[in-house]
Amino acid sequence: MIRDLPSLAFQGVSRIFPGGVHALKDVSFSIPAGGLTAVIGPSGCGKTTLLRIAAGLDRATSGSVNFIGPDGKTSARGRENLSVCFQDARLLPWRNVVANVALPLELSGVSRVERLARANQVITAAGLAPAQTRLPSQLSGGMRMRVALARTLVTSPDVLLLDEPCSAVDEFTRMQLDEEIRRVWQVSGATTMLITHSVSEAVWLADQIIVMNVGSVHEIHRVALPQQARDRTSTAFLLEVETVMRSLARAAGVVIA
Amino acid sequence: MMGAIKSIRVVVAPLLAVAFMLIAWQVAVMMSGVSAYLLPTPWAIGQTMWANSDRLIGGAIQTAMAATLGFAVAAVMGILVGSMIAAVPFLRRSLYPLATILQMVPLIAVAPLLVIWLGFGLQTAIAAAAVVALFPVLAATIDGQVSVDPGLREFFMLHGASGWTRWRKLDLPASIPIIVTGLRIAAGLAVIGAIVGEFVSGYGGPNAPLGIVIMTAMREARTDLVFAAVALSAAVGFALFGAVSCIGWFLVHRWHASGVTFMEQIK
Ligand SMILES: Nc1ncnc2c1ncn2[C@@H]1O[C@H](COP(=O)(O)OP(=O)(O)OP(=O)(O)O)[C@@H](O)[C@H]1O
Ligand SMILES: [Mg+2]
Repeated sequence: MIRDLPSLAFQGVSRIFPGGVHALKDVSFSIPAGGLTAVIGPSGCGKTTLLRIAAGLDRATSGSVNFIGPDGKTSARGRENLSVCFQDARLLPWRNVVANVALPLELSGVSRVERLARANQVITAAGLAPAQTRLPSQLSGGMRMRVALARTLVTSPDVLLLDEPCSAVDEFTRMQLDEEIRRVWQVSGATTMLITHSVSEAVWLADQIIVMNVGSVHEIHRVALPQQARDRTSTAFLLEVETVMRSLARAAGVVIA
Repeated sequence: MMGAIKSIRVVVAPLLAVAFMLIAWQVAVMMSGVSAYLLPTPWAIGQTMWANSDRLIGGAIQTAMAATLGFAVAAVMGILVGSMIAAVPFLRRSLYPLATILQMVPLIAVAPLLVIWLGFGLQTAIAAAAVVALFPVLAATIDGQVSVDPGLREFFMLHGASGWTRWRKLDLPASIPIIVTGLRIAAGLAVIGAIVGEFVSGYGGPNAPLGIVIMTAMREARTDLVFAAVALSAAVGFALFGAVSCIGWFLVHRWHASGVTFMEQIK
């Protein structure tokens, strides 16, 4: 797939909330075009705030988030063609799966025939076809997240921002969702930021891991394992997990033997 | 099967209560020898109903028309104005408290004003019904629309939806369960409003509405006829309430907990 994907550059991003909460302090890193970067860190360290600023839902107090085109110039396209998946699925309870998945296209004025065709395509690819006429209340929590993930794909985004999409599900479902996230990332080819609190999830999916401590970047870790060779039980994988785990523990100020 | 048995129980229990009440009433009046002028027996009221059925049914149709039209006006106005107030923070701060205060003014005190403005006739009964039915719809619409899940709003914002699109596709559907609750309260109030309007706007004739039937019967000391007309106005109220509950149930039962059982709704 040849596309002019943007990379995503966080440059000295700070955010002070009214009341003086210093949620982010001078955060800088960049997500290469088409890469998947995981952001990991203790609860309340500012991960969601970072994502909201990238999505344009919040403003940095200082610093900036830029989408950089292949020509090295700042481009507006990334922001226009961006998809966000939140921790809660955020589906409309009165719409069935197809109508929910087609909603982003509906809001951008795509014709009914075209948006249904596109929605059916991503639904089938996500293995949700048998459930497509069900309402969200008739789905399990894991399925609702899959619908939300399918919905982020329906607009063929250049940039994907995922905020702990697996935090509300059990370990089994998490593994299935991880497969789904990898598929979504590979199908879309999008420049992706994944917020997670699971080290093994980060190591399994990402090519770069940003370890945060309260409000700032503690360490940037490259995952050397090739995507095809990520076996959760292999020694190489477990060694990576251990390295990130140590980094996280240092960030959190916890001593591990 | 279980469902059918359950519905029968839900219907039969209140019917039994009504039957028990009527029998107790009949027996109490017969035993105590209270005069029929003060308290007629249910049996006598039934006979009066039968004997005056033309007049009562004609009146009920008039009253039902006034209540239904007044309710419809209140429903449309309440949803439109309520949505506007909910959407504009300035209106929310200015108009909502005003509406709350106006709502405290008793209808019976305002009714003569309606006669001055609108004259004697059906239109005044409609207006009186609309005036009392408006506030619950307005309040429910505003409450429903300011409490739409902020996460969903954000989703619409992220996809560049205009305010109008968001209203049609999010705010309105999301607040329907609460609006339906407001509408159900309004349905009951509309009948009260219509009857009060009829009391003051007194249009008589062969098709006199129930409010007039009640007033006339009172002057003629026909307590049995008053009771018969009261029973019919209760029936009109129940019919309107039931119809609104039915429509509400069809709109929301698939996705909202408030619509899980229809019987819960009409209780
Ligand atoms: N709107 C807001 N107003 C004030 N403070 C806020 C606001 N949003 C977030 N914060 C604060 O900013 C800090 C970072 O919050 P954020 O939600 O980004 O954390 P997080 O890393 O996503 O945490 P978690 O893993 O628990 O989701 C927290 O201390 C939080 O209390
Ligand atoms: Mg968060």
